[in-house]
Amino acid sequence: MDLRFSKDQEQIQKEARLFLKKECPMEYVREMFEDEKGFTDKIWNKMAELGWMGIHIPEEYGGIGLSLLDLCLVVEEMGRALVPGPYFSTVVLAAELLIEAGSQNQKQEHLTRIAAGEERGTLALMEPDGGADPGFVQMSAKQDGDGYILNGTKLFVPDAQTSDFIICTARTTAGNNPAQGITLFLLDAKTAGLTITPLKTMDGTRKQSEVLCKDVKVSPDSIVGEINNGWAPLQRVLSRASVCLCAENTGAAQKSMEVAVDYAKERHQFGVPIGAFQAIKHKCADMLPGVEGSRGLLYYAAWAMEEEDSTTASMAAAAAKTFSANALRDISTDTIQVLGGVGFTWEYDAHFYMKRAKANQVMLGDNAYYWEEISKMLGY
Amino acid sequence: MDFRYTPEDEVFRDKVKAFLKKTFPENEAPPEGQIEAYRTYQRRLFDGGFAGIRFKKIYGGQEGTMMQEIILSEETAPYAERWGGGMNTIGHGMAGHTINVAGTEEQKEFFIPKLLDGSHIWCQGFSEPDAGSDAASIITSAVPDGDDYVVNGQKIWTSAGHLADWCLLTVRTRQDGPKHKGITFLLMDMKAPGVEVRPIAQITGEGEFNEVFMKDVRIPQTMRVGKENEGWYITLTTLAFERAMGDLNLANSMMRFHRRMIDMAKTIKRSGKPVLADNDIRQKIAETYTKLLALKINGYRNLDNALRGGTPGPQGSIGALMGQKTLNPKMTELAMEIQGPYHQLVEGSPGAISDGRFQYAYLRAKGNTIEAGTTEILRNIIGERVLGLPKDAARAAAK
Repeated sequence: MDLRFSKDQEQIQKEARLFLKKECPMEYVREMFEDEKGFTDKIWNKMAELGWMGIHIPEEYGGIGLSLLDLCLVVEEMGRALVPGPYFSTVVLAAELLIEAGSQNQKQEHLTRIAAGEERGTLALMEPDGGADPGFVQMSAKQDGDGYILNGTKLFVPDAQTSDFIICTARTTAGNNPAQGITLFLLDAKTAGLTITPLKTMDGTRKQSEVLCKDVKVSPDSIVGEINNGWAPLQRVLSRASVCLCAENTGAAQKSMEVAVDYAKERHQFGVPIGAFQAIKHKCADMLPGVEGSRGLLYYAAWAMEEEDSTTASMAAAAAKTFSANALRDISTDTIQVLGGVGFTWEYDAHFYMKRAKANQVMLGDNAYYWEEISKMLGY
Repeated sequence: MDFRYTPEDEVFRDKVKAFLKKTFPENEAPPEGQIEAYRTYQRRLFDGGFAGIRFKKIYGGQEGTMMQEIILSEETAPYAERWGGGMNTIGHGMAGHTINVAGTEEQKEFFIPKLLDGSHIWCQGFSEPDAGSDAASIITSAVPDGDDYVVNGQKIWTSAGHLADWCLLTVRTRQDGPKHKGITFLLMDMKAPGVEVRPIAQITGEGEFNEVFMKDVRIPQTMRVGKENEGWYITLTTLAFERAMGDLNLANSMMRFHRRMIDMAKTIKRSGKPVLADNDIRQKIAETYTKLLALKINGYRNLDNALRGGTPGPQGSIGALMGQKTLNPKMTELAMEIQGPYHQLVEGSPGAISDGRFQYAYLRAKGNTIEAGTTEILRNIIGERVLGLPKDAARAAAK
């Protein structure tokens, strides 16, 4: 056992924090929160220059080929800074799906462009009736000659409005087992019949859209992985993405706690800092297990995804996602309470962490879904 | 980053497993009586070369590694539960290591072998009626007289006091100055004249702990650990490893409870349907598992840090808050919720599930938020020492 970071990992962490402190201050987050596009090309290009787009993309496709943990270290810092923009959808969802199941051509075409910062993609998973559960995939893909015709609605698609391509789950065969018969299709965002409608969400730092497919024609080479067998690779990617989401939650929770603790030291009432009162002190102390518990699960799950058997790894990922989502929810709302009146204002930053918490709680599927998955793996 | 045990560690684990299987056959019943069972269990570990993993061989130990001790504790846990091996936690978790780090050569030679072979059972005498959360305000006095100290006073909440042979005792040796700078650490023979033990019946109905009265008890000065008036710092500085180990042991034992709780839930029906068909119950069990995993990983991080000689990081102080103070009471409460109306039935009642062992755990967990420092004191420590928040006015003014 050796739970230390390598020298390189310490360097990645340090560089990421320094870069984001300089390039992504809260003024930028606030500006992008209200901005339609939600990020600037300037920052996107700088992140690409640092190699962040290809951290986990194999070297043969222009990436750096580092571990999932290395990617998570950057995402943790991004969570801390509440970085707005399509990094998660492009690097964690779209790129990982292609790494997992893409054809040689798809990888060559899209992964190299993603790694270079020239292309953005996303995953369209959720639908009006449900989340990450395969039973809710209703979008239909009917065979039409060589290709398929897609009809249906996807909801809560992250950053679809700025994506060049969308990987979409659709049902190619109806059967008794809902996980069977799901296929992944890679759609150009400009395909005829595809309509992207931005949604107005609580957390403006990660834009979401509705994606409507009306008689969208796709060719057979747009299939990612095998026909009817899209669910298994998707699940593996959702596990990796869960770990990355845990990284984001951990960074955001850490920062939110710091906001609360700093304020409790500075703000005086009754002649003393309010942090001297146990009612406030204990609220702050109760944040620490959430932050450190999330962090431990993050490092363990990131390691387990690449070193352990698939059940152990999926359990760790589901635990990391749900534990950290609740930790961020609780910590960010308690931070507002510690700040009192100013915590309720738009001017102070506390509300941004809470809003990210509300988005992350249901991203990739809600707690109930992952707890049910854990219950199956525990054998009850 | 690597969470795996080394191949050498796994070899050691196999050795331990084989030894335990051979030494504690399933069809053998432990001897009658708590003490006899413990002594037999501990003696067999000692004779087999599996006691005192980290102690020096000259004191009867094995000069092994901390990972070996973790592995041993993981593997022995189910046996220890059956054989009462956990009853001497003060001895194995505190006394041995305190003496090993801060004791004299004579103390080590005398006490450590007798701890390891099961001869000595230990208790601790720290709390007093007026020194609970304010632990430094003890008034039990020790006055030098010839080669001895003469001790007078009263201790309370002394776990295993009625069974113990020896006591880790804190006493006041200086009346003036800051109160934590007048405390001395002594080793007291529980059979010495003037020591009186009175059991306290607790919430579960048993008497796990006691009041201990001391009237003119003579303790030789050779039984002092460390310097006079410096006793306060001894437990603070010597027990970082033990806390790390304790967190991991607790996580492991809670994981076993969680497994038993699932098995128990499989047998329970509610309104004609299996209770596990209830989404709420099923998901609460799963959520509890995620917290247990967080606790266990936190224990590993803490241990890894301690092994490398790091100063205890934030995770060092939060294991107790996560596990003992929060999760264990919550988890035992969930076991009650699963049982529905049956949760009222205790040991010995017709219809009691698992003969009331979950009820016992639930009641016993009420002590978790009080023992070894209340939840509130722990939150103060985390708030002040980890997060750097100021002390409240009353405690800042107290000397």
